[in-house]
Amino acid sequence: MLKIFKEGLRRTREALQGRFDQLFSKSEINDDFFESLEEVLISADVGVETSTKIITLLQQRLHDGKVKEAFRAREMLKELLNAIMDGEKNVSLALAPSPPTVFLVLGVNGVGKTTSIAKLAYHYREMGKDVLIAAGDTFRAAAIEQLEEWSNRVGAGIIKHQAGGDPSAVIYDAVSAAVARKADLLLCDTAGRLHTKANLIEEIKKIYRVIGRALLGAPHETLLVLDATTGQNGIAQAKYFQQAVPLSGIVLTKLDGTARGGIVVAVKDLTGIPVKLVGMGEKKEDLQVFDPSLFVEALLG
Amino acid sequence: MLFSGLAEKLQDTFQKLKRKGKLNEKDVETALREVRMALLEADVNYRVAKDFTAAVKERAIGAEVIKSLTPGQQVIKIVHEELVRLMGETQSKIAPPSPPPQSVMLVGLQGSGKTTSAAKLALLLRRGGHNPLLVAADIYRPAAIQQLETLGRETGSPVFAMGRENPLQIARQAIKKASYDQNDYVIIDTAGRLHIDAELMAELGRLKEGLKPLEILLVVDAMTGQDAVNVAGTFHQQLGLTGVILTKLDGDTRGGAALSVRAVTGCPIKFSGLGEKMDAFEPFHPDRMASRILGMGDVLSLIEKAQQVVDVEKSRLLERKLHNQTLTLEDFLEQLQQVRQMGPLDELLGMIPGMNKAARGMKNLSINEKELVKAEAIVKSMTRQERLQPEIINSSRRRRIAGGSGTTVQDVNRLLKQFGEMKKMLRQFSSLDKNRLKKTKGFFPFR
Repeated sequence: MLKIFKEGLRRTREALQGRFDQLFSKSEINDDFFESLEEVLISADVGVETSTKIITLLQQRLHDGKVKEAFRAREMLKELLNAIMDGEKNVSLALAPSPPTVFLVLGVNGVGKTTSIAKLAYHYREMGKDVLIAAGDTFRAAAIEQLEEWSNRVGAGIIKHQAGGDPSAVIYDAVSAAVARKADLLLCDTAGRLHTKANLIEEIKKIYRVIGRALLGAPHETLLVLDATTGQNGIAQAKYFQQAVPLSGIVLTKLDGTARGGIVVAVKDLTGIPVKLVGMGEKKEDLQVFDPSLFVEALLG
Repeated sequence: MLFSGLAEKLQDTFQKLKRKGKLNEKDVETALREVRMALLEADVNYRVAKDFTAAVKERAIGAEVIKSLTPGQQVIKIVHEELVRLMGETQSKIAPPSPPPQSVMLVGLQGSGKTTSAAKLALLLRRGGHNPLLVAADIYRPAAIQQLETLGRETGSPVFAMGRENPLQIARQAIKKASYDQNDYVIIDTAGRLHIDAELMAELGRLKEGLKPLEILLVVDAMTGQDAVNVAGTFHQQLGLTGVILTKLDGDTRGGAALSVRAVTGCPIKFSGLGEKMDAFEPFHPDRMASRILGMGDVLSLIEKAQQVVDVEKSRLLERKLHNQTLTLEDFLEQLQQVRQMGPLDELLGMIPGMNKAARGMKNLSINEKELVKAEAIVKSMTRQERLQPEIINSSRRRRIAGGSGTTVQDVNRLLKQFGEMKKMLRQFSSLDKNRLKKTKGFFPFR
């Protein structure tokens, strides 16, 4: 599994390691060095705020340790990044003490919510679990059909209403059905919504409440799906959604599609929400557990 | 707001500059460093941001600023001009379909919004008097074809689908059909991938070879980060793009990707997608966009929006009423509904010069949106007689109206008071010349 994770990070690594190699092969540390470092970090979507923070900390440490050689800065940078990413201990997905476990999946449009749900469903089906999917995206044209096709492919049940229906109602039904059928896991899909649309954020709050009312203690995971190619807006997305409902983790999709992924560092630094899963490809088995230290390794080499 | 946009960042920077009577090189440098940071936070590509500030600096420390009486203003002007230059000075339109039919390929990564943009583009073209045909050539993504078919039905555009084999064959058949049906544009929704791979490019290349399309438009998510430049660059290299469609501009990132893509590929941004509704799709105006980024407002777009929803006949009638001072709550209701048709309040406010900043001061704009709904409910709970003659609304009527609209008597009182004040203000207005009045048409001060 780790091998696939590494493979998926290939692009990140290819794009960044060369630049870091070049940077750290410089003989001395001067203003040019820090400017180049800033460029590499920002180009990796780490963002202005977090990059500035990392650089300030690094400058301080270099100064404290009286370090002048660039190659030693690499180790220090790695430690700093690990400190930001590694803070989380428990990144495994929470399961209910007794089934059903309910996952709620949210995100802005086009980040890959439906596909991530399909991959999650496949993963738990492989483990022999009984999986139900709630077609909570009643808005986008053909979203229900897309989910149906996936549920057939992976052998999961689907609870749906008509397109244009009330998403809370679908999800309430789905939770009830999951309880009645004694399903192991219920995955709730929701319509993509921009975090700036107040009415849609209200809707997600309602969905969250409805789940809690239908089953005490649910949802057990509230996962925000984030597109790895997203820039600094990813931070705004995480913050706004977190304000609406308590997020328990991030699913980072399309990581193999980007030469970056640095937004994860910024989001973790600025919101504290851990990345739990990573989407690495288009096949249904391409969902991986996120490994922070491997990620840092891929960034820095 | 948690995340302040580029406009706000820049405005803060410029506020500081404006206060200065004289600028030296250091002031300019400090301001430009902030401009650069603001651009980077808006996901403008690192290199593009650097070049941009360098270009501004060169002009800003030149004679035109130092000698100016308002150096701060002068710098803002330069930033604005450079922004416009970066995004392409003039509006780029879609090429005319001669001889018809001509094909338009939409390409892009997964989730960038190709299918939605295809349907939106078709609707926009139809409103411009064209007769486009949509083609479902994304044969991979589950339900992509159904999605396009549904959107086509919703918007009344014909959709051509032919199963899930060979996109080139599908497109060729579609073009054949288009010549029979006299469609002038054939809009082809192609497959997206997670990332640029040889296989996808080969397929798109075959489509290009076989169709010789009029336009190849790259669909780019406005929220894309630093990678936007690579994606656009590669597509351009391999396919020779003719333009870009920028989607999801209704979120709170604006500009960053737009600036970089244009700067790196040289391809003009032709359209922008602004929301979930099918008509939230507009030709891209670089100058207006630059104004918006700088927080200088976008009055032109606002006026265009108003023109779309305001009924000319009704406005004339209203104008007469204003003059005769016979405005009633009925007219008020109509006005409310027109304003609401124009789109979310916060978006409208963002277009008014200076309002972006004012809007920040307001705690929560969505509350104002609720106020509008409330006002509408209150007026709707009145009898016709009451709407025409608000004077007759006594306390028992107030209670009834409050009950009927699910509000409180205080809410009703506030609305009536506002209406009274508005009438008073309009009386003053109508004594002014008619031209002044025209400008206020369709907009009522509310709250």
